[in-house]
Amino acid sequence: MTSLAARRRGRYLLENERVLAPLFMTPAVLYIVALVGFPFALAIVFSLTDVTVGDPDFSFVGLQTFERILADPVFLRSLRNTFVFAVIANLLVVVLAKALAMILVADFKGKWFVRFLVLLPWTTPVSLASITWLWTLDSIFSPIDWVLRTVGLIDSNVIWLGKPELAMSSVIAVHTWRIVPLAAVIMMAGLIGIPNEIKDASEVDGAGFWRKLFEITIPLMAPIIAVAVLFGVILTITDMSVVWILTRGGPTHSTQVLSTWAFFKGIEGGALAQGAAVSLFLFPVLVAVTAIILRLARRREVL
Amino acid sequence: MTAITDIAAERRRAGRRRRFGRIGLYVAAGLAAFLAAFPFLWATVTMFKSNQDLYVKANNPFWFNEPPTLEHVKFLLFDSNFLTFVRNTVVVGLAVTLLTLALSLPAAYALARLGMRWGERMGIAIFLVYLIPPTLLFIPMSRVIANLDLQESLWSLILVYPTITIPISTWLLMGFFKGIPRDIEEQAMVDGYTRIGAIARTVVPLAFPGIVAVVVFSFTLSAHEFIYALAFNKASAVKTIAVGVPTELVRGDVFFWQSLQAGAVLVAVPIALLFNLFLDRFVTGFTMGAVKG
Repeated sequence: MTSLAARRRGRYLLENERVLAPLFMTPAVLYIVALVGFPFALAIVFSLTDVTVGDPDFSFVGLQTFERILADPVFLRSLRNTFVFAVIANLLVVVLAKALAMILVADFKGKWFVRFLVLLPWTTPVSLASITWLWTLDSIFSPIDWVLRTVGLIDSNVIWLGKPELAMSSVIAVHTWRIVPLAAVIMMAGLIGIPNEIKDASEVDGAGFWRKLFEITIPLMAPIIAVAVLFGVILTITDMSVVWILTRGGPTHSTQVLSTWAFFKGIEGGALAQGAAVSLFLFPVLVAVTAIILRLARRREVL
Repeated sequence: MTAITDIAAERRRAGRRRRFGRIGLYVAAGLAAFLAAFPFLWATVTMFKSNQDLYVKANNPFWFNEPPTLEHVKFLLFDSNFLTFVRNTVVVGLAVTLLTLALSLPAAYALARLGMRWGERMGIAIFLVYLIPPTLLFIPMSRVIANLDLQESLWSLILVYPTITIPISTWLLMGFFKGIPRDIEEQAMVDGYTRIGAIARTVVPLAFPGIVAVVVFSFTLSAHEFIYALAFNKASAVKTIAVGVPTELVRGDVFFWQSLQAGAVLVAVPIALLFNLFLDRFVTGFTMGAVKG
């Protein structure tokens, strides 16, 4: 009898929203707190200590670790590269992705195949896409060099990844190449969202292609273009595999970025404190970018 | 009379402009496809080239100067750990999918239906994923994994990847749940189902497209993720494709170029095909998903 009553009460409890809601919500929240919140706190703790893999008994050293990494020219180079790569790549992304989005919303024969090819850079795991680029930019067998040699533009190979400025440009080009499809897909959503009446009205008024582009499409799409760019920035500054696979940060640290430098220090070198401190430098930037995305998203109700 | 010829001329001009527009469109589309796919085209030619052909600087790289060979594709499939990497990726993807669904389905339901006030703040929780990405967490996380004794096992990845998939999936599913009329589950409850029964029988099946999206997302993440997979696991038996292919097909300074490219192409093509199927839904999802929310 009592067990039946208890079971009935249990069932009744499950019908109650005040019980059900936290019951449904708690596991997900606990998971995230345990495996995002705790490690994040640990990252901050690490950065204030002198912990290494070999000597896990750490003592607090205040801001000494930060002072040490800030005095390191390689770190400063990484910090600068991280931003230079993100800014240049995403400036290129805006222009190219806008053009690609306009192609992809149009109707034409073979669109399915074009879409498939155009999506490849974004849907392929970044590390594997980078492997295809590593071979495309090979110092001896690069097909780009072969074409340039055959046409007569160069005598000896360019060595795309072997000289500082060229290596930086190559990394930027690969980032741009892989982000354009995603940005274009996001912008497609914005293009489709422009009401047909506005398009028709401008057509009737005799507006040409460029006029429509600059006076109607771009202003109406500005928020969603911004969202696409901000996602692009996040993807660029948090990625490690492009630099890791193409150059390992070389030649002589000229393409080092925060993520690869943190990996070399923290995982390969075992200097946990320094590695954690290096990667924490991304945090303020990410907060700023994310805050802007949230704002734009709320205003436009996209996302 | 002149008015009529004017109109005819105007129409001809408009027609010509449209035809130029069409040609321009095809040229632009072809160029975009070429630029995007170029490294993959080169990779596809490479994977069938013999060493005598590939490693001659003067040879036309886009043509088979020697007969094509399957030797290097066979090496990838049967003499390297490639299939182990594929299997590991699928196992991780499957486990991550199950864990993600188990935690985010109820959470999404609570946010969509049960009057949780956090609904609006969820957006911020989602963006935790962007705020605190693997790049920021991999160093402390590698210590957490070491202390849990999960290094060199797929469990490390199965445990950690849901931190990325749960927030986004919860957000996604919440949008789907909000699109389902309340009457449907209320009717099921009137018909005698408990609340849980009503959810399982009406809401979950109706949110099926959202569940498919979560599955696709979890698998893609398992195939894409690089930093955690590189930091946690060094043994080839527990590598996923993203880390296994670029690290195992290189011995010292020797790159197995044809097999490497074959690995990249064999992974890239199926994923791109899958995404092509979902692209339209993705685009509408991006505009609609949260507007309803």
